[in-house]
Amino acid sequence: MTKINNNNSPWQNPLIYLLAFSSGFCIMSIELLGGRILAPFFGSSVHIWGSIITVFMLSLSLGYLAGGKLSTKNASLNRYGLIFICAGITVLPVAFSSQWIMEAIFLAIEDTRYGSLLASMALFFVPTVILGMISPYSVRLLVTDKDKSGQVAGFLYFVSTLGSALGTIITSFYLVLLFEVNDIIMVCSTVLILLGVSAMVFNRVNQQKQGRDSNVLNQQGTAHE
Amino acid sequence: MNKFIFTLVIISGLLIGSMVSTPILAKTIHSERSLYRNILVEENKGLRCLKFNVRSSKTQQSCMLVDDPQRLVFNYTKMLFSSLLINPNPERILIIGLGGGTMSNTLHQIYPKATITNVEIDPAVIKVARNYFSFFENDHITAVAQDGRIFIKRESIKKQQYDWIILDAFNGDYIPEHLMTQEFLQEVKNLLSENGVLAANTFSVSRLYNYESATYKSVFGDFFNVKNNNNSNRIILASAKPLPNNDEIASRALALRASLLPFNVDIIEISRQMLSTATTQDWPKNSPVLTDQYSPANLLNLKD
Repeated sequence: MTKINNNNSPWQNPLIYLLAFSSGFCIMSIELLGGRILAPFFGSSVHIWGSIITVFMLSLSLGYLAGGKLSTKNASLNRYGLIFICAGITVLPVAFSSQWIMEAIFLAIEDTRYGSLLASMALFFVPTVILGMISPYSVRLLVTDKDKSGQVAGFLYFVSTLGSALGTIITSFYLVLLFEVNDIIMVCSTVLILLGVSAMVFNRVNQQKQGRDSNVLNQQGTAHE
Repeated sequence: MNKFIFTLVIISGLLIGSMVSTPILAKTIHSERSLYRNILVEENKGLRCLKFNVRSSKTQQSCMLVDDPQRLVFNYTKMLFSSLLINPNPERILIIGLGGGTMSNTLHQIYPKATITNVEIDPAVIKVARNYFSFFENDHITAVAQDGRIFIKRESIKKQQYDWIILDAFNGDYIPEHLMTQEFLQEVKNLLSENGVLAANTFSVSRLYNYESATYKSVFGDFFNVKNNNNSNRIILASAKPLPNNDEIASRALALRASLLPFNVDIIEISRQMLSTATTQDWPKNSPVLTDQYSPANLLNLKD
């Protein structure tokens, strides 16, 4: 793994912001659809939202912790991309396995509060922890200057939370009218995976280019000697 | 003499009509904010009404004449009795959506031996029904505070059966979208006994009307629409069995007429408002079906 240095392509930071925006979008889109997914088994009372929001907040908080920790060792765009790919994959059971998971919980637990809490945990905990890792990891990749670290973090939160706001309104106003719940989940998953792959490809291309540049530089250096 | 009676009927009709439609002078005798909504009980000239959320006539849930509690006020509650033309002897009745509980009370008087289960999501509504609308429970009548969908799922697991299921969880304002889907209706169908009948009181307009109709048809096959031109709602009457023909309906209506008249229900008149979708399908054939995966009912119900 190469360490992040100041010779990055000018496109790296915009790419990171784009990824952070998309993850914010997907988190809230999935959270909003969570209400839809749970309703057939646990109803649409206020405690359903209590369960969902609790699980998302808890998962995100743990994700922040884990992402921050992970960013201390060999932080790279490559690993950053891997986080997205993992998130995209772990979102898939929300679409494919939710029925039998919720049915089992519905049969086991009579009280819809704890039923919905457990179901939210089973469906959303893992992908949301992973999605939570993205924010602190983005900060690590973006910050090069200590003095500007607050500004960078602020802009990152701006971008990702704006993504969350748009994910909420676009999903609830329009997407549910146009597509099935599972289709929207699948699109989120696909987008996350594709963005992760593109981050890794970008990283590789950039490294090769840098490698060539430094070779040229070295050759020029030796030529002068 | 005839003319006199005629005038009297007109005047009393206007009187009741004005009591239902002009809430301006109504006095609020109870108001509370529950977990789900604002609940208002208003009284005007002896007519007591339960309302949700705002003070408009559109949101009246249930009304009762204080001096004559068994007289049904709303047309739609009367139209629900069309169910009896499909199954004249319901013994196990399930009502989803309590309102003031007037339906439960009335049905108990007509069928004292029938068990009536009321399911209402909001415990505060059950309390208001008891305190202000004389709703009562006894060995035959129960009220359960639960989401209708969950109740029906659990009953289905217990292999319970009902002869008459009344789905009255909709009002003009907000639609619980998980009670509109194909999967939900299939769960309801599983609860119907051999002669069981489902009566759903719905308020869908614009695009939702088509989607809703297509969804009911996909689960039950042809059904009856019961409509009265004065109302924005319709009753959907569906059964697991094939629908009875006109002669059967006419003879059943005749047999029921006398027993329902004391409750202000003219079953002959109501039987004329029933229209089978086998003969009159009033929605486009290719209308999409609502499912748990796709049920934006409230968005579809926005007036274009």
